[in-house]
Amino acid sequence: MTIATDILDPEIAARRERRIARINRAGKVLAPFGLGFVVPLLKLAAGDTPSEQWADLKQMLLVPLIGILAFLAAWAYLAPKVQTSLGAIPGPAAVFQQAEVLMDDHFAERQKAEAFYARQDERNQMLIAEGYADRVKVRPYTGKPTYLDQIWTSLLTVALGFFIGTVIAVPVGIACGLSKTFEGAINPLIQLFKPVSPLAWLPIVTMVVAALYQNPSDLLPKSMVISAVTVTLCSIWPTIINTALGVASIDRDLVNVGKVLQLSTWTTIRKLVLPSSLPLIFTGMRLSLGVGWMVLIAAEMLAQNPGLGKFVWDEFQNGSSDSLARIMVAVITIGLIGFFLDRVMFALQTAFTYSANR
Amino acid sequence: MRHFLCSVTMLCSLTFAATATHAEMLFPEKDELTIGFIKLTDMAPLAIAKEMHFFEDEGLYVTLEAQANWKVLLDRVITGELDGAHMLAGQPLAATIGYGTKAHIVTPFSMDLNGNAITVSNAVWDRMKENIPVGPDGKPQHPIKADALKPVVEAYKAEGKPFKMGMVFPVSTHNYELRYWLAAGGINPGYYSPGDISGQIQAGALLSVTPPPQMPATMEAGTIEGYCVGEPWNQAAVFKGIGVPVVTDYDIWKNNPEKVFGLTKEFTEKYPQTTLGLTKALIRAAIWLDENDNANREEAVEILSRPEYVGADAEVIANSMTGTFEYEKGDKRPAADFNVFFRHFATYPYYSDAVWYLTQMRRWGQIAEPQEDGWYDEVARSVYLPDIYLEAARQLIDEGHATEADFPFDTDGYKPATSEFIDGVTYDGRHPNAYLESFPIGLKGDEVIDGNKIAGR
Repeated sequence: MTIATDILDPEIAARRERRIARINRAGKVLAPFGLGFVVPLLKLAAGDTPSEQWADLKQMLLVPLIGILAFLAAWAYLAPKVQTSLGAIPGPAAVFQQAEVLMDDHFAERQKAEAFYARQDERNQMLIAEGYADRVKVRPYTGKPTYLDQIWTSLLTVALGFFIGTVIAVPVGIACGLSKTFEGAINPLIQLFKPVSPLAWLPIVTMVVAALYQNPSDLLPKSMVISAVTVTLCSIWPTIINTALGVASIDRDLVNVGKVLQLSTWTTIRKLVLPSSLPLIFTGMRLSLGVGWMVLIAAEMLAQNPGLGKFVWDEFQNGSSDSLARIMVAVITIGLIGFFLDRVMFALQTAFTYSANR
Repeated sequence: MRHFLCSVTMLCSLTFAATATHAEMLFPEKDELTIGFIKLTDMAPLAIAKEMHFFEDEGLYVTLEAQANWKVLLDRVITGELDGAHMLAGQPLAATIGYGTKAHIVTPFSMDLNGNAITVSNAVWDRMKENIPVGPDGKPQHPIKADALKPVVEAYKAEGKPFKMGMVFPVSTHNYELRYWLAAGGINPGYYSPGDISGQIQAGALLSVTPPPQMPATMEAGTIEGYCVGEPWNQAAVFKGIGVPVVTDYDIWKNNPEKVFGLTKEFTEKYPQTTLGLTKALIRAAIWLDENDNANREEAVEILSRPEYVGADAEVIANSMTGTFEYEKGDKRPAADFNVFFRHFATYPYYSDAVWYLTQMRRWGQIAEPQEDGWYDEVARSVYLPDIYLEAARQLIDEGHATEADFPFDTDGYKPATSEFIDGVTYDGRHPNAYLESFPIGLKGDEVIDGNKIAGR
């Protein structure tokens, strides 16, 4: 496929233009996730001018790749030089190997679960045979949660905490933005509670949840509620502050129009306040989610609640020669998930900012 | 029809009796359980009962959950988040008499014998060594008494330095063993009083709580001069070359009880069949751990080394579970009974074991007021539940999992008087007050701690 033939055939050229336009649109979605480098690669594949793409590729793929490789090299070189009581600090290869072990472990555990259900089934059959059919019951697997299970638990917990936080923070923020009196009342509290560490909240939350949440369901265990509420308490502040700021800085003309039309408070909030303050609300939520994810790991470590934090603490306590590498796998996972969550919020923010900028 | 059902049932029960797996069906009132443990090798019966499906054989579906520390573990058993747990033998007793936390905790099953040791730092060992006679093989003569440590402690005192040691919990076996050893060598480990729970009143050596995994590091940092802890933290000091284990608890009190399986009294009353099932499964696990001269220990070590249980490297765990103990580097000596899970009736909950713990609590002032002999017996009977144990044993014998000789059916719960202690003092659990009188150091009779002094009443 050379340029010359393209010029000769306008149809092929047009098709390529369309394809490149599609790739550009896809790039808008990919870029926030750090996958921007796919665009020039796709364009090259589509037959775009290599020299232009090369510049993009260098910026988006080569330079970050060099950064990562340099980091890996430094890690691989320096790690064996630090001797701990559990042996040398593991290098990238050992960590990667442990990641594989953890995956294998997950599937091995699934097999054990199947065997467990088979044994249970056998026992239940026996109960039926002996005439105790009413005692037959299927119980969930009692084995340990695997690494993937722990990741899933952490994600659910942070989602729950973030959801509670948003539900509280956005209305409070809007009220702050709309009423100077309300803001005056709430501002000292925000200033006071904002810097409190999750480690300080945790004992209080544990006691309060234990007192109020008496009959936990299987879907929503007490430990998850405790972690989630701790996340909420530590992460709502950026959303409140940004929402208040966003609401307070609405165009005065818009507010006046609302007054002239005699809109009800609810309609004002829905039609005027929310749309124009959405970009800042999203900024706040994005900050909150970031804080929440960090806090969650700390809360899980301290309270021994299921999740990645517990995984890290258990491995620290195990003190086997694989423990450090496993903790590093967790650190990288936590980083990747945190990055991913931030990008999701960023993509949402971009989407809403666009529609709100009319 | 009914006749047909009957014969089917009979046929089935016959088949199962023949295969000896389900001679008699237990119907646990509660069959989904969460049991807590601390990452230590002596939680082995729990891991084995789960992995070998002994729990499931009793119709129990058990989740094992590692706990952060002994306090959290006890609290969670009390609140019911945990149905039962691996506990320090002192914990149910202390909780029941209201020392620390107040709750009626009971135990139908004692988990193991021995398993701890006392380690001192290299600096202390060098000074201690001068006072230890050397045997014909050129190695220090064991067991080493605290007499050898006494001059070192006195030297510290003369230099104006406190002599500090670590143990794992105020009501731990380790605390009482360390205190016993020190006092037997004429070093006062200090008293507790209701107003001062540091346990350092009149102390020659200052004992404080340090979590087990941090012992070696704390000693290396110079914060403590020695400690009493379970494995692998004594062998770890040898490996790292930072300290020397001087005595194992086997030498302090031969075949002393170590951990128990604790439940709330309420649980055992509400769920008697569940309690029985748990006890049966744990007894089977203990048998498995010791059968054929520890033939299964290697497999046990592999299971314990999994991250969800103890998680330490298999070689480290194996060190304490396979019959030797290394003192000074290169001074490896046989210690066949360092870890006992079933032999010597290890799992039977003897009242006399409970009484011994209570005497030590009284001796060091954790029990502040003098108590009658009858009181010791009463507390022991309210916490230790051999009836449940023997019922479980009987069923296991009927099912063909054990033999009559495995269990002390004729005991009244009191072991015969023994003087297999490092100081040779005779212990008879029937006479706790007389036993307390026989110690030169420790509260006895009517004595109470008043401020910083021992006061008679």
